[in-house]
Amino acid sequence: MAESTFRVWRGDGETGGFQDYTIETTTGMVVLDAVHRIQAEQANDLAVRWNCKAGRCGSCSAEVNGMPKLMCMTRLSDLPMDEPVTIEPMKAFPLVRDLVTDVSWNYRVKENIDAFQPRKPDNEDGTWEIFQDDVDRVMEFRKCIECFLCQDVCHVLRDHHLHEEFIGPRFMVHVAALEMHPLDTGDRLETLRKDQGVGYCNITKCCTKVCPESITITDNAIIPLKERVVDRAYDPLAKLLRVVRRKGTPA
Amino acid sequence: MAGFERHEHDVLIVGAGGAGLRAAIEAAAAGASVGLVCKSLLGKAHTVMAEGGVAAALANVDERDNWQVHFADTMRGGQYLNDWRMAELHARESPDRVRELEAWGALMDRTPDGRILQRNFGGHAYPRLAHVGDRTGLEMIRTLQDHGVHQGMDVFMECTVTRLLLDGGRVAGAFAYDRERGRFRVFGAKAVVLATGGIGKAYQITSNSWEYTGDGHALAYHAGAELMDMEFIQFHPTGMVWPPSVRGILVTEGVRGEGGVLRNSEGRRFMFDDIPALYKEQTADSPEEGWRYVVGDRDARRPPELLTRDHVARCIVREVKEGRGSPHGGAFLDIAWISEKIADAPAHIRRKLPGMYHQFKALADIDITKEPMEVGPTTHYVMGGVRVDADTQMSNVPGLFAAGECAAGLHGANRLGGNSLSDLLVFGKRAGEYAARFASENAASSLDPEQVAAAKRHSLAPFANNGGKGPYQVQEDLQELMQNEVGIVRTEDDLASALEQIEALKERAANVAVTGNREYNPGWHTALDLDCLLTVSEAATRAAIGRRESRGAHSRVDYPAKDPDWGRYNLVLWKDAEGNMKSRREPVRELPGRLTRIIEEQG
Repeated sequence: MAESTFRVWRGDGETGGFQDYTIETTTGMVVLDAVHRIQAEQANDLAVRWNCKAGRCGSCSAEVNGMPKLMCMTRLSDLPMDEPVTIEPMKAFPLVRDLVTDVSWNYRVKENIDAFQPRKPDNEDGTWEIFQDDVDRVMEFRKCIECFLCQDVCHVLRDHHLHEEFIGPRFMVHVAALEMHPLDTGDRLETLRKDQGVGYCNITKCCTKVCPESITITDNAIIPLKERVVDRAYDPLAKLLRVVRRKGTPA
Repeated sequence: MAGFERHEHDVLIVGAGGAGLRAAIEAAAAGASVGLVCKSLLGKAHTVMAEGGVAAALANVDERDNWQVHFADTMRGGQYLNDWRMAELHARESPDRVRELEAWGALMDRTPDGRILQRNFGGHAYPRLAHVGDRTGLEMIRTLQDHGVHQGMDVFMECTVTRLLLDGGRVAGAFAYDRERGRFRVFGAKAVVLATGGIGKAYQITSNSWEYTGDGHALAYHAGAELMDMEFIQFHPTGMVWPPSVRGILVTEGVRGEGGVLRNSEGRRFMFDDIPALYKEQTADSPEEGWRYVVGDRDARRPPELLTRDHVARCIVREVKEGRGSPHGGAFLDIAWISEKIADAPAHIRRKLPGMYHQFKALADIDITKEPMEVGPTTHYVMGGVRVDADTQMSNVPGLFAAGECAAGLHGANRLGGNSLSDLLVFGKRAGEYAARFASENAASSLDPEQVAAAKRHSLAPFANNGGKGPYQVQEDLQELMQNEVGIVRTEDDLASALEQIEALKERAANVAVTGNREYNPGWHTALDLDCLLTVSEAATRAAIGRRESRGAHSRVDYPAKDPDWGRYNLVLWKDAEGNMKSRREPVRELPGRLTRIIEEQG
């Protein structure tokens, strides 16, 4: 049992500031436990978003000592507790209140990404043959819990606010999961280039670093998508072949 | 009704976990306009936490499996209090519902010949759970969510329904507030589907998050619907017990499905010590036979760790009570031991149980490939819920439907692992389908301004209670009460005392005060949730007093035996004209001969 101080952001989009709360902390506590204790004992109206408390739902994203983290998976024993722990909301989204941000932009972005389009079933009973290797290839992307920490840390969104032009690492991963899905027949490359800003990413890999699911976002999702887009749009040989093929296709 | 945000839909769905999303997809496909209200952000509902898999007799791993075996397993697991028709529909339809997920983009683990792989689980005769590692729920909810948002429906995230609105006897809509701004919303709808999940937050130790306050149960009850089987609350045998901050977080049954064993402080596999008569024939009588089952020997029987959850939970409680528990009051769950049996066990464990590996490593400093976990029972699921028609999922209130955990019937006295995800799909679809049909066959109902005004007054009351105490202490006291007196083992004295204390808590709840304003104010939300929590706590307690026997998840110290007479009844609760909770025994519907024969044939 020890006493620790937490410096928590209180306020809405217009006014606010840090406020210190000192509480008792116990073995094994995570940052979200501390926030809950503050809420129950000292600030009933402290706004925080959370659900599963086990790193599976991706609700309790915030910045702890300046690092984008899931509060439920950040243990106090991994932080320097001799100084106040700073807890503040994500920066890439509009603030609602205290630790809660308005992440609805992410949901709008996703609605605009072309849905999964499966090939015709392989079998008469409407099923497909898929092998474990094919599943494993995209499994990494499908682990995403939509915590949006990668969006939070992406400088294109966080610093340059290009939300209208760039869908961000989360949705690069989503597009990669669809494009590399063993059954999908959709083609999202043109949209990715023209409307979704694949070119904005300059591979600083901050997103990969903060991903709580350890998805290799940049190397395994974004770079392969960039390559596909480049192959399609800018490879002169491919372009020539396409023209020839188009001409060769009977009308 | 000026001053309210107004919305009109054919079908309003309350809850956006597996059942709510599946219902929304089906209702939209039928041409209904659909509103989908979720208490959290979309995709965060508790379905996301489901780990082990979805039960469906696909017979991909063992061709002896079929819907009849699944049906018999479900009825046996539920101690024959299940609604047979729901159990039949569930067993027949879940394979199609699972295949459909694949058509919508879900990817599940595969058999060597490229079909959906299935794993062993408690109470299932054959490997039956389609899964992807131990994150099946995430795959399912994401698939439904991504498919759903392209079907055309209005999604209201972080929005909580506090009252159903009625038109005569029929449902007419719902009153809600949005979390973000605290504004009130009035939804008009021809049909309403409740898919709000469980009541875990009535307990101290639970795998459920803040949302699971029994909203659907309470909304339905106060609107005149009947509740059933509320005495049956599932305490999942394996929740984390240490450190204190993670107490209750689920440890998937998949650990045992992959060969994990339970041991006490003396190192003994205590599950071999007490095997219920109903399962004697199906259970291995040596560790060696149990292991053969895990690795797919078709002549071997299930290890006793895969007995039903109610039983495993009680065995752990017994070991702890008799002084053979683990250091923090649980039992040891060991998967690391399989390194004696297979090469490269650590890699195998990490591949089959990645979430568990990560969870223990990050939260408890335990490497499950090397050392055992400490586990103990955690409140996980309520078998009881809104009493519905098996085929349509409509309650006794016209136009009010319920599906998934907040509906009763499928699971009887105890739910089998894996039967929840399939429940969501099968009955979510049915609820959506029949709600859309109800909406197309009935004219719009009208909203009563007086009901809306009353709902608003009720919601704002905590702000007017100047000087009262905050809501958190009342919630905590209720959780402690339910944990201690309406828990895994029950007695009449405890239950009667619990009922009295619930009445006292109701008074305290009516006087809680909240600080701050209406914008994203968890104190206010907790104050409003208390009403639902107290309603479902009272229901669980009254039903537990009523059932004077021990069966499935309901275990009475003063009536320790199963009573064949009680085996013929479900307990039904409703609200009478004076606002009191009443109960009655309702005969279990008699099984038709064709189904009785199936149960007999399955032994």
